Amino acid sequence: MMSLNTQSDEEPMARFKPVGEVINMSEKREETIAVQPKFQCRDVRVFYGDNEALHGIDIEVAKTGVTALIGPSGCGKSTFLRVFNRMNDTIPTARVTGEVLMDGENIYAKHVDPVLLRARVGMVFQKPNPFPKSIYDNVAYGPRIHGLATTNDELDAIVEKSLKRAGLWNEVKDRLKDPGTGLSGGQQQRLVIARAIAVNPEVILMDEPASALDPIATAKLEELIDELKEKYCIVIVTHSMAQAARVSQKTAFFHLGYLVEYDETQAIFTNPKDQRTQDYITGRTG
Amino acid sequence: MSQSTSAASVHNSDQALKRLKARKSAESRFRFFGIGAIFAAVLMLGWLLNSIVGTGYTAFYQHYMTIDVELTESIVDPDGVRDPDELRKANFRKIMQEAIYARFPEVTDRKEKIALFKVISASGATDQARQMVYQNPSLVGETLTLSVPTSDDVDQLLKGYIDRNAPEARRKVTDQQIAWVDALKATGEIKSKFNWTFFTATDSRDPELAGIAGAVVGSLMALFVAFVVSVPVGVGAAVYLEEFAPQNRFTDFVEININNLAAVPSIVFGLLGLAVFLNFFGMPRSAPLVGGLVLALMTLPTIIIATRSALRAVSPSIVDGALSLGASHTQAVFHHKVPLAAPGILTGSIIGIAQALGETAPLLMIGMVAFVTEIPSTLTEPASALPVQIFLWSDSAERAWAERTSAAIIVLLTVLITMNAVAIFLRNKLERRW
Ligand SMILES: Nc1ncnc2c1ncn2[C@@H]1O[C@H](COP(=O)(O)OP(=O)(O)OP(=O)(O)O)[C@@H](O)[C@H]1O
Ligand SMILES: [Mg+2]
Repeated sequence: MMSLNTQSDEEPMARFKPVGEVINMSEKREETIAVQPKFQCRDVRVFYGDNEALHGIDIEVAKTGVTALIGPSGCGKSTFLRVFNRMNDTIPTARVTGEVLMDGENIYAKHVDPVLLRARVGMVFQKPNPFPKSIYDNVAYGPRIHGLATTNDELDAIVEKSLKRAGLWNEVKDRLKDPGTGLSGGQQQRLVIARAIAVNPEVILMDEPASALDPIATAKLEELIDELKEKYCIVIVTHSMAQAARVSQKTAFFHLGYLVEYDETQAIFTNPKDQRTQDYITGRTG
Repeated sequence: MSQSTSAASVHNSDQALKRLKARKSAESRFRFFGIGAIFAAVLMLGWLLNSIVGTGYTAFYQHYMTIDVELTESIVDPDGVRDPDELRKANFRKIMQEAIYARFPEVTDRKEKIALFKVISASGATDQARQMVYQNPSLVGETLTLSVPTSDDVDQLLKGYIDRNAPEARRKVTDQQIAWVDALKATGEIKSKFNWTFFTATDSRDPELAGIAGAVVGSLMALFVAFVVSVPVGVGAAVYLEEFAPQNRFTDFVEININNLAAVPSIVFGLLGLAVFLNFFGMPRSAPLVGGLVLALMTLPTIIIATRSALRAVSPSIVDGALSLGASHTQAVFHHKVPLAAPGILTGSIIGIAQALGETAPLLMIGMVAFVTEIPSTLTEPASALPVQIFLWSDSAERAWAERTSAAIIVLLTVLITMNAVAIFLRNKLERRW
């Protein structure tokens, strides 16, 4: 159904310059400690003003694969997702305490620049938000500001590759100069995924990426997530139990700001240990 | 409770129908008031325009008399040296008098001769002859056919503003003058022409020679200064306040003051300009430079407020998208927010500047109210401004001035409407269609 061009994956990617020194270190470490998780959260609390929205979350997220965050509305899934790329920093009232280790380094340490971090941890929002620019410029924006391409040909290659990985290339290759906002909702969502991929991140965060899409566009998106999980660490927030079951390997269930249960997706859906998890799953899927 | 057993009965009962009727009549009342308000506004606007255009349109044409003028050497150049500077001082008034007496040889009485000379614009006609001879001394001795402006009274008479049936003593033109003018009109020697003078001349003591060119140039210079100063400063201040300024008491204080400044009467800005630019910095009085700076001060709050609201109207999801790609806050603002807000910023700036164009009071305070008979060529020369010119002319009671006042208002309004139209056009054009 989708034509993902995977043969040439490694070769153009090698041309990308690593963003910051940290990546090199982490790659080296990967060889020695292969099982180290991508993220380790220790007692993460998020406050909005005086209101504590997340109460001490401890969790480990694997290097590759899909981790789903589920739970009733207002339980703090989006808030927790924004912990990973420090987007909570952009909310004036929000405050994060605790430790979040990415490849063993605390991303909330003083010397860490959140701007650099966000180049390594991409994000896809609930409502597709392409820039009011051309399709090409949407994808090229990240590589441009990070100086990932030195020539126009290189930039073209990055754009093409990113759109291919996002499964959008065949649909838009003849109209790269058209506005990105002129695409359909599902195409827009894949465009912003391509935009995120173009920066060469290690992690992709997705906040209910399919909630504004119809079933066919959703199926395409899920297929894409399935492809991407081989290479990226993906954390996805979803309200659809079925979607969580289909795309994720690990599932975390949140309730009222607490992490209630975190396990293999299989286990969560077939054999939940906590009553609240069971109620939520059965209530929703019922 | 008792009657709400079935849902249908609640919405079909008499009371429900009454409520529906009341709601409908309330809605139609509101619509009626709305239409009434718009009608009243359009009516008043129409009235205003009608009265201005009705009084003003006649100033766009003027009556000229074609007359043969003999440049008698004995009067113009008695020494016969043809020195242009000497020629300029010659008695051209006499030349013009002789010319018109020659046209009516039957007039011999001294008083009648004076009345006859009053048919043409004395200074208009003499200046014209003087200029021609100054530029081309070889004309001395020749007979020229000139088209000279008639006096403002004759012009008004021919435009129908002087009642011919009124008793002679209460009229500005005598019966005799009327007879001469009618005769000249019948032979085609007096004709009405488009009044180019109004657009090319500067202010004058004589209405038939007065124009708005000086005031327009003064206004344009002041606006240029105002634009160059207020747009960069205003947009810069707004972007900083909106995006980068820390939220604290000081910035709150600045914000409140900016909002208050927008409501400060313009004459206060004039006083400020007088105190700061003239008295403290010692800049020249009546100069478009100072006028522009004062107008810039006045426009700043408008531009800042418009820019901030344009920035606020940009969807935060766009900024979030940029930030999530690793753009810094500054990059997100300048790559995405400001370009998306640009149409709104531009519209706000143009409307602010257009308002400044119509301001009179602050310019009065810094002396741009002088009687200036030269078109300014630098920013520091004394100049007038269009609204000030209107203010000055509106002071004179004569009919010819009233006409020119309205004509100048028409020009001012045309410029304002054009500027606003440009603002709307630019906004529609620049606004991303996607
Ligand atoms: N910007 C904010 N300011 C203040 N409180 C907030 C803010 N964002 C979220 N909250 C609060 O934090 C809690 C968690 O919100 P969050 O958006 O993370 O929930 P969610 O699980 O993503 O819900 P949903 O499924 O509806 O998206 C809620 O109680 C919410 O009211
Ligand atoms: Mg959410």
